[in-house]
Amino acid sequence: MATAIETQTVDLAARFPGKVSAESRPGYSGFVVEKESLLEVAKAVRDEFGYDLLAALTGVDYIEQNKMEVVYHLHKTTGGPKLIFRTQADRVDPIEIPSVTPIWAGAEYQEREAYDLLGIRFTGHPDLRRILMWEGFEGHPLRKDWKEAFYEEEIKPYKSRWPEGKHTYAEFKNPFRDNLKFPPNFDPEKYEPEGEKDLYSSLERFSIKSEGGLKTDHVVVNLGPHHPSTHGVLRVAVTLEGETVMGLKPVMGYLHRNHEKIGERNTFLQIMPYTDRLDYFNSMSNNFGYAVTIERLMNIPVAERAEYIRVIMAELSRIQNHLVFIGMLINDLGSMFTPAFYAFEERELILDIFEAVAGSRMMCNYFRFGGVARDVPEEQMQKIKDLVFDRLPFKIDEMERLLNQNEVLVGRLKGIHVLNAEDAVHYSVTGPVLRAAGVPYDLRRADPYSIYDRFDFDVALRHNGDMYDNYLIRFDEMRQSLRILEQALKQIPGGPINSQKPNYQVKVPAGEAYGRVEAPKGELGYYVVSTGKQNPYRYHVRPPSFVNLTALEKMCVGKKIQDFVALLAMLDIVMGELDR
Amino acid sequence: MENESLNLPNYNIPEDMRDVVAVTTLDRLYNWGRRSSLWPLTFGLACCAIEMIAAQMARYDMARFGMEVMRPTPRQADMILISGTVTKKMLPAIIRLYNQMPEPKYVVAMGACASGGGPFKEGYNVVAGIDKFLPVDVYIPGCPPTPQALIAGLIKLQEKIDKQSLKKARWYQKGKEDPNYVPMPILGPDLIDVRRSEEFKKAAAVKEGA
Amino acid sequence: MYGLGILKGLSVTWKRFWDTYIDDISWALTGKKRYRTEEGIKHRSSKNTRGIFTVQYPEERLITPEEFRFVPFLVYEEKDGKKEPRCTACGICSKVCPPQCIWIVRSSDPVTGKPVSTPAEFYIDMDICMNCGFCAEYCPFDAIKMDHDIDIASYGRSVYNLEKLLKPVSYYAEIRPLNYNAEEEERRAKEAAKAARTAAPATPAA
Repeated sequence: MATAIETQTVDLAARFPGKVSAESRPGYSGFVVEKESLLEVAKAVRDEFGYDLLAALTGVDYIEQNKMEVVYHLHKTTGGPKLIFRTQADRVDPIEIPSVTPIWAGAEYQEREAYDLLGIRFTGHPDLRRILMWEGFEGHPLRKDWKEAFYEEEIKPYKSRWPEGKHTYAEFKNPFRDNLKFPPNFDPEKYEPEGEKDLYSSLERFSIKSEGGLKTDHVVVNLGPHHPSTHGVLRVAVTLEGETVMGLKPVMGYLHRNHEKIGERNTFLQIMPYTDRLDYFNSMSNNFGYAVTIERLMNIPVAERAEYIRVIMAELSRIQNHLVFIGMLINDLGSMFTPAFYAFEERELILDIFEAVAGSRMMCNYFRFGGVARDVPEEQMQKIKDLVFDRLPFKIDEMERLLNQNEVLVGRLKGIHVLNAEDAVHYSVTGPVLRAAGVPYDLRRADPYSIYDRFDFDVALRHNGDMYDNYLIRFDEMRQSLRILEQALKQIPGGPINSQKPNYQVKVPAGEAYGRVEAPKGELGYYVVSTGKQNPYRYHVRPPSFVNLTALEKMCVGKKIQDFVALLAMLDIVMGELDR
Repeated sequence: MENESLNLPNYNIPEDMRDVVAVTTLDRLYNWGRRSSLWPLTFGLACCAIEMIAAQMARYDMARFGMEVMRPTPRQADMILISGTVTKKMLPAIIRLYNQMPEPKYVVAMGACASGGGPFKEGYNVVAGIDKFLPVDVYIPGCPPTPQALIAGLIKLQEKIDKQSLKKARWYQKGKEDPNYVPMPILGPDLIDVRRSEEFKKAAAVKEGA
Repeated sequence: MYGLGILKGLSVTWKRFWDTYIDDISWALTGKKRYRTEEGIKHRSSKNTRGIFTVQYPEERLITPEEFRFVPFLVYEEKDGKKEPRCTACGICSKVCPPQCIWIVRSSDPVTGKPVSTPAEFYIDMDICMNCGFCAEYCPFDAIKMDHDIDIASYGRSVYNLEKLLKPVSYYAEIRPLNYNAEEEERRAKEAAKAARTAAPATPAA
C-alpha cells in the first residue's frame, strides 16, 4: 500500500529560487527553506499566499543525517489545504534557527517547547526559556541520544518481559546515575539549584509600567501549581499593582508526562491508549485525531459504520466537555457546585454510554486503525438516541435558563477580556475561543475529515470575542453537535466496524503525516514521522490548550486579577494536554 | 444510636436504651469521630482528579462518608488524595503541602500513576510512585479508578483508621522527632532526593575517577 | 428588571429540588422501590431520571456493563481438580501491553529443557497497568480478560502473581456472558470444522 503523499498546492521553490528547494522523501514531498531566508519566506507565505494561521511548529532530530529540522504547518483561516515547509540546521550545538514569532505570535510557546525538548535555539525569540522542564535540568530529552534515568530499552516491546520475565522495578534495575550527567564534584548538600531567576527576570522584563497616578509597589504573586482554580497544576506568576495585572507568565510542566518521548518508543498501536490521557475529558476526540493521522499514513479506508460511530462518540464527547466547561467556569466565578452538579449529572449519563461501549468511563481507547474496537450494541444505540432526542436538548435549555440571564454572571463576563479576531489568528488560537472572536474556522467545515462533509450543521459563531460570547458559543456548539448527532443516528448503516483485520502488529509505511481534528478545545493535531519500522520516528502532538494559552499574556496584562481566573476557565485548558 | 462501628460488639444494651445510648471505648469513639469526617485536601493532579470530582458530585456523593468538605489549605485537611501522575517538577510542591498538614494525616495514592508510576513510569519527568517520598496508607489501582473504586479505597482507609489506637498514635508520642517529616528534594540536573545524597556523592566521585 | 435572571435561575433549582420528592412519591405510590433495587438504579441511569440520582455505594452499585474493564485476570479451567490456565505463555499480551506491565516466565520441560506452552510465572504490576484492555483484545486463546471487580484497593503495592491473577472460567462466564457465549460458539464451530476436515480426506479414498 502506498502512502498518500501530502499534496502541496503552492510551489514555494518556484517563487523563491535559491532560497527554497523542493525535496521529497519516502511518503512526503515538500520544501526546505534556507534558514537565512526563513523570515523572508515566512512573511511572504503569510502576506502573499494568505497562510495566516500557524498550526504547528515542531522539531525533528535526524541524528543519522546530523541535522536538526524544524517543521512548520500552516493553514488559512478561510479553509483549504495546508502548507508545510521546513528548515534545517546542522546538529552541532548551538543549533540556531531564526524565530518566526514576529510573523506568527502563536509560535512563541511552541518554539520554547522545541528549545526545551530538542535544544534548538530560536534567534530573535523574545523570551526563550525552558517551558516544560525546570531551569537547570540537564539535557534536551527528545534528542535521540538522550536517555532517561530509568531507561530500559530502546523500543517496545521490551525483551525483558518475555519469555524470561521476572518482575523487577525498573528503578532498581537501572542505577539512574549512568544516564545522568552531573556537574564535576557534584555534592547535593552544597548544590545550589538555579531556582527561577529566569522566570522572574522575564516577568520583570515584560511587565508594563504604570502611567501617572500614585506610585505603588509591585507585588509578585504565584498562583498555583496547587490552586483550586487553575484547572490542575498550572502555575502563573503575576506581577500586580493593586488589583491590576502588570505582567504575567504561565509556568507549566507540572504534569509533563513525557508523552512524546514515550510515544516514540511505543508501537503505533500502543500509542492509542496513551492519547486517551492527553485531554482526559475527551478521550474519544484524541483517539479520533490519532486514528485519522495513522490512517492517512497507512492509506487505508475506514469502515462505513465505524465512521458514523466515530462521529457519534466524538460529538457526545464534545457535549459533555462543554457541559463540564460551563459548570467549572461558574465554579471559578465563585458559584460553587450547583451548575457543576447539573453538568456532571448529564456527563455521567454520557459516560455510562462510553463505559458500556468502550469499556471505560474516561479512558476509552476505542478507536482502531480502520474502524473502532467493537460495535455499539442495539441497547446502547437506543440509549444514545434517548439522550440525544429526549434529554440533552432540554437539559441544555435548562442550563441556559439557570445561568444565561443571571446578572452576576453577565456582569462578570460581558465585555471582559476581549480578544479580537486579528489577534486570535495571530496567536494561533483555535476552537471555540477563535470562533467567539468572529472567525468562522471549524475544521469540520474548513478541512473536513472523516464524514463531516455529509452533515448539515452550522459553524457556531459569535462576534464580540468577550467572555460572555465565549460562554454562549459553547451552548451554540452543543446544539450543533446535537444536530450532527441526530443526523448521524438516523443515517447510521449496518455492516462491519473495521476495514482491517484485528492485528497488533500494525504495518505503517515510511512517510509523515499531520492529522488534525476539531477537538472540543480547538485544533488537535498529530504529527507523525514513520520510517517503516514498528514505532514512529517522531511523534508530536499539537495540543489546542497549549497553543491557545499563548494568547493569555496578551489578554490579561492591564486587566484585573479577579477576571484572570475566569479567563483561565474560559480558555478551557486541561493540563494533561497542555503539559503532555 | 444504631451504629455498628461505634458500639462495642457483643455488649448487650437494654432494648429500650438501644437507640439512645452507645457503649464504647475511648479508642472507638475517637476513631469513629475521625473516620466520619475525613476532610480531603482540594488537590488534583491529573486524570484521576476528574474522577475524584465526579465522586464528589451528586451521583456518588462522598458527603455520605463525611468527605465532602474539600479544604483548599493543607492546614485544615486530614488526608491528601494523590490523584494523578506525580512529576518531578511537581514533587517539591506536594511534599511541601504534606509537611504542612497537621497530624493525624493520611495519604491515599489514587490510581496507578500515584501508586507506582503508572503507564508514564518510564518518563523522564515522572516519579515512580509517591511512596518513594510519602508514607502511603491506601493504594487504589486503576487507571483511573472509577468513583466507586475510589470510594471503596476510602472505605479501606476508614477500616485502617478503625484499627488505630490512641496509645500508639504517633502524633501523641512525646519527644520523638516527627517521623513523617519528608525533606524537600532538590530540582537539580535531575530530581535529587537529599536522603540519598551519599549515593550521589559516591557516584560523582566514581565519575571523576574515570 | 434587575434580579430577574437570578430568579429565573432559582426557579430551575427549585424545580429540581421538588423533582426528587415527586419521583420518590410516585414510585412509592406504584409500590416500587426507588433505592436499593436494580430497577431503581436502572431508572436513575436512564434518560427519565429526575432530581437527585445518587447511587449509594457500597449498599447499592451501578450496573456494570459487560464491556467494562478494570484490571486483567487470567482464566483457568478446572481439570481433575487442578487449575489449568488457558494461558500458553505465547507472550502476545506482554508484547502488546503499552506500558509493558506484564512479565511472563515460560516454563520449560524439567527433563529436556525445551520450552513448554504454559507459564511458570506471570506477573502484572497493577501500579503500572493502564486498563487499556489490549491484552484481552489480542489474546488468541481467550486466556486473559478484563475484570469487573473494582474493590481492589490495598495497603501496599499491587504486583499480582499467577496465583492472584487466576480466576475460574465460571467467573468469566458470569461477568461477561455475551462474550463468553460468542467465544464458545466460535470454538465449537472451529472444532466442528476441524472434525469435518479430518473426516473429509477419508471420503474420496472410500
